Amino acid sequence: MDEDSSSISRVLSVGPVPDHIAFIMDGNRRYAKKRNLLDGAGHRSGYLALMNMLKYCYELGVKYATIYAFSIDNFRRRPEEVQSTMQLILEKIEDLIKEESMVNQYGVRIYFLGSLKLLSKPVRLAAERAMVATSGNSKSVLSICLAYTSSDEILHAVQECCGEKWDEGSALESKGAGNGLVFLKGNENGKIKPSIVVKDLEKHMYAAVAPDPDIIIRTSGETRLSNFLLWQSANCLLYAPPILWPEIGLWHLIWAVLDFQRNFSYLKEKTKLS
Amino acid sequence: MLTMVSVRNFLSGSHSKLKFAFSPKILDLDLLNVIMVLHQIQSVILKYGNETQELLKWASRSGNLGLRVLWLILHFAVTICKVRYLAMVIDSEEAQELSKVFELLQWVADIGVKSVCLYDPEGVLKKNKEPITQRFSSANLSEEAAVNGRLVTRRNLTLEFVSFEDGKEAVAKAANYLFVKHYANGTKEKSDFTEPQMAEALGAIGSGGAEPDLLLIYGPTRCHLGFPAWRLRYTEIVHMGPLKSMSYGSLVKAIFKYTMVHQNYVTSSCGTSMMRKIDLTDAASIVCILLRMFFFDCRTKVKRYLLACMSN
Repeated sequence: MDEDSSSISRVLSVGPVPDHIAFIMDGNRRYAKKRNLLDGAGHRSGYLALMNMLKYCYELGVKYATIYAFSIDNFRRRPEEVQSTMQLILEKIEDLIKEESMVNQYGVRIYFLGSLKLLSKPVRLAAERAMVATSGNSKSVLSICLAYTSSDEILHAVQECCGEKWDEGSALESKGAGNGLVFLKGNENGKIKPSIVVKDLEKHMYAAVAPDPDIIIRTSGETRLSNFLLWQSANCLLYAPPILWPEIGLWHLIWAVLDFQRNFSYLKEKTKLS
Repeated sequence: MLTMVSVRNFLSGSHSKLKFAFSPKILDLDLLNVIMVLHQIQSVILKYGNETQELLKWASRSGNLGLRVLWLILHFAVTICKVRYLAMVIDSEEAQELSKVFELLQWVADIGVKSVCLYDPEGVLKKNKEPITQRFSSANLSEEAAVNGRLVTRRNLTLEFVSFEDGKEAVAKAANYLFVKHYANGTKEKSDFTEPQMAEALGAIGSGGAEPDLLLIYGPTRCHLGFPAWRLRYTEIVHMGPLKSMSYGSLVKAIFKYTMVHQNYVTSSCGTSMMRKIDLTDAASIVCILLRMFFFDCRTKVKRYLLACMSN
């Protein structure tokens, strides 16, 4: 970061700095079309923009960053496009694990969030390797959503909770501690009390590795969340600058942080109420 | 050329004479009358739909450039798919101002949206469900018909009231429902739950409901305040500002922008031209709304301008 931007960063730090910023990196393909580049070149420019944004975030003191790299819906694109995107993702994961990468410079721990079983074996293995290689880092966190949608995340959490409750029940049954309805708590009046609560679900969300985001930035002016962090964005500021992802810069981040600081007390109050 | 007076006389003889003079003293009254006239034109257009279509078709064939331009604007401006399901997130403190909520819903009904989902995190709107639904129920329809002496086509508004507990808490309840249905018989099911099963579970516990096309946020920040996650996946989210500074113009603009974006999406993906088959009666109706909005919002500016002209 140059001198000017680090001074701005120091000024911004006077106010509350967001703990977690999430990015929907929309507009890579349009960028490539706009500049008459080859298809993959848009994503490569996008990757450079991402590295810059992450550096600015970590320099500013933002501890958690989450990015929407590949949605489950994206598997519906043309097979050649999916293939080339996966190839690029594989290449970039390998780059991230390298010694001299930004990840080690900023002590970033990487998590991959999503239904990783939907990925091809090389990509899945690379993701697992990256998570292991950076498990010792503790300064910052980068969550990469790969083969992710919020609805899949919620379903997965529900599934895990049900499985957990069944296992608990079975364990009690085998000890002879319960009757047939041991799966469900509180049977004093013959009424069945629900045993899965919101806390249980949140424990099993893929995004449980980080607190709820403070800001979600989606580029290219689109106003949808497209199945991204829907559960976690209840009290989150949504910012949708009209520029394409590879065009994003420090000033957009500064604008988002200023907006966050202006609305900080309101958002904090809403978080307390919920 | 149709003048306001002749239009007014054409529509009904029972109202007082309209003085369309550019005098500041009666300007307020005149513009109000203009708005009323436009409202009546809209009702007539809705009633005489076929005749309107013929008129516009004739306009396209006639040599009159002005009418042709109007016809083109009509097509261009309103080749739209309507917003089928609109959601509105209102800050709970601001939602206490029920009069503002009524006004907003009236505007939404005027525009032609049929289904609205009202959300506020603390359930203020839910607590006031009765007065709100009473206001927009079809009971009022017959009253209006009696006043005008003929049946006015009034768009009905279906309202749904949602609060924070219909979000995460509802998913937890749905999880328990799924557990009882698939696990509690003593065997652990191998297959994963699917989205339709989840939707069915949410419906069973009373928190089902369609995904809105468009979500408007009336509050100080662009934040959905916990709107049910399961229903927000691909919804367009627009921040309208605080409820106290809401305006008819920005509401129309937001809905218009949504429909134009989705028109482009449909036509670019289908590779067809912008002109597709539309309901001309709805198109003419929306132009009337736009004109009405124009007069309503410009009233002060026009008055000031005319005052300045008069003093020179």
